[in-house]
Amino acid sequence: MKKFFEKIVEGGLLISGSVSSFTILLIVFFLFKEAGGLFNTPATEEGYVLAVNEKNDVTKLSPEKIMDIFDGNISNWKEINGMDQEILVFRFSDLTNYYSEEELGDEFQYVPEKISELVAKEPGIIAFFPKQYLLEKGFQGRVLPEEKITPGEFFGGTKWYPTSTPAPIFGLVPLLLGTLLVSIGAIILSLPFGVAVAIYMAEIASKRTRDLLKPIIELLAGIPSVVYGFFGLVVIVPLIQKGLHLPVGETAFAGSVVLAIMALPTIITVAEDAMRTTPRAMKEASLALGATQWQTIYKVIIPYSISGITSAIVLGIGRAIGETMAVLMVTGNAAVIPTSFFEPVRTIPATIAAELGEAPAGGAHYEALFLLGAVLFLITLILSISVEYISSKRKI
Amino acid sequence: MAPVQKVGNIDAKKRSSQKLAFGFFTFLSYLVVAILFVILGFIIIKGGSVISWDFLTKAPEDGMTKGGIYPAIVGTFYLILGSSIISFPIGIMSGIYMNEYATNGKLVRFIRIMTNNLSGVPSVVFGLFGMSLFVNTLGWGDSIIAGSFTLALMSLPLIIRTTEEALKSIDDSFRHGSLALGATKLQTIRRVVLPMAFPNIITGLILSVGRVSGETAPILFTVAAYFLPQLPGSIFDQCMALPYHLYVISTSGTDIEASRGMAYGTALVLIAIVLVVNLLANALRNYFAKKVKMN
Amino acid sequence: MIKIDAQNVDFYYGDFHALKNISMQIEANTSVAFIGPSGCGKSTFLRLFNRMNDLIPDTRLEGKIFIDGRNIYEKGEKVDTLRKNVGMVFQKANPFPKTIFENVAYGLRVNGINDKEYIEETVVKSLKQVVLWDEVKDKLKDSAFALSGGQQQRLCIARALAISPSILLMDEPTSALDPISTSKIEDLVHELKKEYTIVIVTHNMQQAARVSDKTGYFYLGELIEYGDTRKIFTNPEKESTQNYITGRFG
Repeated sequence: MKKFFEKIVEGGLLISGSVSSFTILLIVFFLFKEAGGLFNTPATEEGYVLAVNEKNDVTKLSPEKIMDIFDGNISNWKEINGMDQEILVFRFSDLTNYYSEEELGDEFQYVPEKISELVAKEPGIIAFFPKQYLLEKGFQGRVLPEEKITPGEFFGGTKWYPTSTPAPIFGLVPLLLGTLLVSIGAIILSLPFGVAVAIYMAEIASKRTRDLLKPIIELLAGIPSVVYGFFGLVVIVPLIQKGLHLPVGETAFAGSVVLAIMALPTIITVAEDAMRTTPRAMKEASLALGATQWQTIYKVIIPYSISGITSAIVLGIGRAIGETMAVLMVTGNAAVIPTSFFEPVRTIPATIAAELGEAPAGGAHYEALFLLGAVLFLITLILSISVEYISSKRKI
Repeated sequence: MAPVQKVGNIDAKKRSSQKLAFGFFTFLSYLVVAILFVILGFIIIKGGSVISWDFLTKAPEDGMTKGGIYPAIVGTFYLILGSSIISFPIGIMSGIYMNEYATNGKLVRFIRIMTNNLSGVPSVVFGLFGMSLFVNTLGWGDSIIAGSFTLALMSLPLIIRTTEEALKSIDDSFRHGSLALGATKLQTIRRVVLPMAFPNIITGLILSVGRVSGETAPILFTVAAYFLPQLPGSIFDQCMALPYHLYVISTSGTDIEASRGMAYGTALVLIAIVLVVNLLANALRNYFAKKVKMN
Repeated sequence: MIKIDAQNVDFYYGDFHALKNISMQIEANTSVAFIGPSGCGKSTFLRLFNRMNDLIPDTRLEGKIFIDGRNIYEKGEKVDTLRKNVGMVFQKANPFPKTIFENVAYGLRVNGINDKEYIEETVVKSLKQVVLWDEVKDKLKDSAFALSGGQQQRLCIARALAISPSILLMDEPTSALDPISTSKIEDLVHELKKEYTIVIVTHNMQQAARVSDKTGYFYLGELIEYGDTRKIFTNPEKESTQNYITGRFG
């Protein structure tokens, strides 16, 4: 009986032991399950069709072109290698501009015929309307083939307009660049501080000072990111705006400053631990040769612990890349390819946090946000694995 | 003789370069301390004038520009409770398994890498995952239970690691002593190893509570409500939470300027939780460290 | 000529009284061995000569130690200048994670010597001095960790010699080595004492007898007996010394 009980408990322990691995697998499964649908989703809004005049020789339109047309940035078909003809944009809601309600019928029963008629009449038209109003037989126009969103458009796309109609545009590049800009800026800012404090704590400070500093660093790590974001919003952002005379203070730079503070505890703790592993004998050998403590630090201790310091940097970058709330609150969230450090940018995590609430479950936007999550997950996974690799590598 | 002795001023040079470098490091270190105190001081001073009994016990009023944050405090408390119920036993058991049972080096290494990876997963990805699995697939909807599960999974790596380290610090001689008296492995763990490792495990648990209380991204799509005047009635209800509340009233409230005061107050409450958690963890660690020394 | 002169030295680790009123004079260009059971204070005393104990927090020294007539614990005395003059070889070989060449050149570089030719000359000379040159001349760019334990220890001696100290402290330099490497290092000490003052701490009494001119016997923090090695090993004055040497304890 007792034996049996022990077996059950041990089974429970085994199951618990595998929970973290299992969770990783679940995360991968669910992220990709939701994200995978994106490339099976039509590029234009589901249930709608795009149609042009029969004489129009344009056969394919990318989502970006569609957006440019419907935004009026492209006004003639020849701009996209078509005929020389002014473009006439027709949205379903425009229907009443062309036909009276009587003509359309009190139950809209004549709408399909009228749309067909209109498309036939206007040589430059591009019409966007629900599929249910497509005349089943004898439609006098050409329905553009339904395009799917392609991986190339997502991973190479330079625009992020998730709510544009008729064709939303999901381009990873501006978000990825925004994320990298903010994170790398943060690391550049926090690295000198982090390593300096690590050196101070490992080699210079007395034991008493160190015992005082340690909890302070832990406290810095414990402050919630939303509080950092709030502090950034009410203190750092106005400071940057006024100090640098910028039109807005919510910039990549503000994000980097806040992230730099947040990444400090990680960098300090990991780098300090690494420096502490330098054998005492090696330090003594250097000092016994007349080297000063500082010479010993930069000629012996830092080279010896360089892999640990590198791990600290990579972990810091990982922290910064995945950070959501603080960045969301201070970077201004403009989804454009960043051209300067002092402009608003938008990062991948901030995009997910800001948009998921408004994206209907199962739609293209929703799937695109999960794909962003998958990209973020892969980036941090690669960073975690490279830390593992760096710290397992032997010195010299 | 050798030029080593000849270059007399080199000693002065290397000493002054050390002075310069050390001065610089010391300065940067104190600057970091100063940054922390500026952040803490700013929020304590600005928030201090907002905190009152009403603030802590009333619901938000007037489009969250007045009143209090009681529902958010209660919501965060429920989430801490809910996630702890899930993560504590699983995390501790996982740590026990890793340190006491797993003998296969490769398997242990694999699990450890996975645990490290899990701790590196961004919190917003946990949010996505929680939404997909708990909210949609399992059909729990935005609810305390969905948020608790999401937060629990996120805090697992910290609990597993501290448990493992706490167990590792216990000398094998205690285990051997117990086993030699005919105790089973499980009895040894329960009666000898766990009681000794307990203080350090508790420290890890307290720190994980601190982390859970401040996380926003994981609860964004799994539980957090923008505004709920009444308290949740069951674990399948939504609730407000302090960090999300702070985010909402500082960025997208009905009147951001008017709700600044509320925001300072909320930030102070969050900071206070973190301070208490850290002080508690430190005090516990020191107390037990002293006790061990005395024995 | 008196090289090292310790006068009434007391040393404490916190409350622990590690060295008790020790006075000793060491002459230039001789070799002195410190012997005694573990924990007797011989290594602690040795590490006072290059102020290595400064690195240990919560320690205290009373009394004076003069090297070349200067009190090395006087206020204003620079510890790095002292250590340049007083080289040290440790119990376990502790090369840096650098190449063989850079290990020997390290002391020169940290002391501000940039003259490439001089550095090369000195490295070669030092490696020849410790009879390591023939073994490593083709792999100076290899990691020092690739050498055997005995080679590493000789490399560490070469490293100490490169900055031309006048005193060489050796803290049980052969305790981690095989007999062949040990005898190579003992031969080396014989050679080196012509140019250097050598103080060697050892557990091995035969070694003390072989390499030293004078021997000091330490017990429980006190210097029990100090005199000519031959006399200490054949006709010690104190019973405690006799007991240790004949192996009744220790």
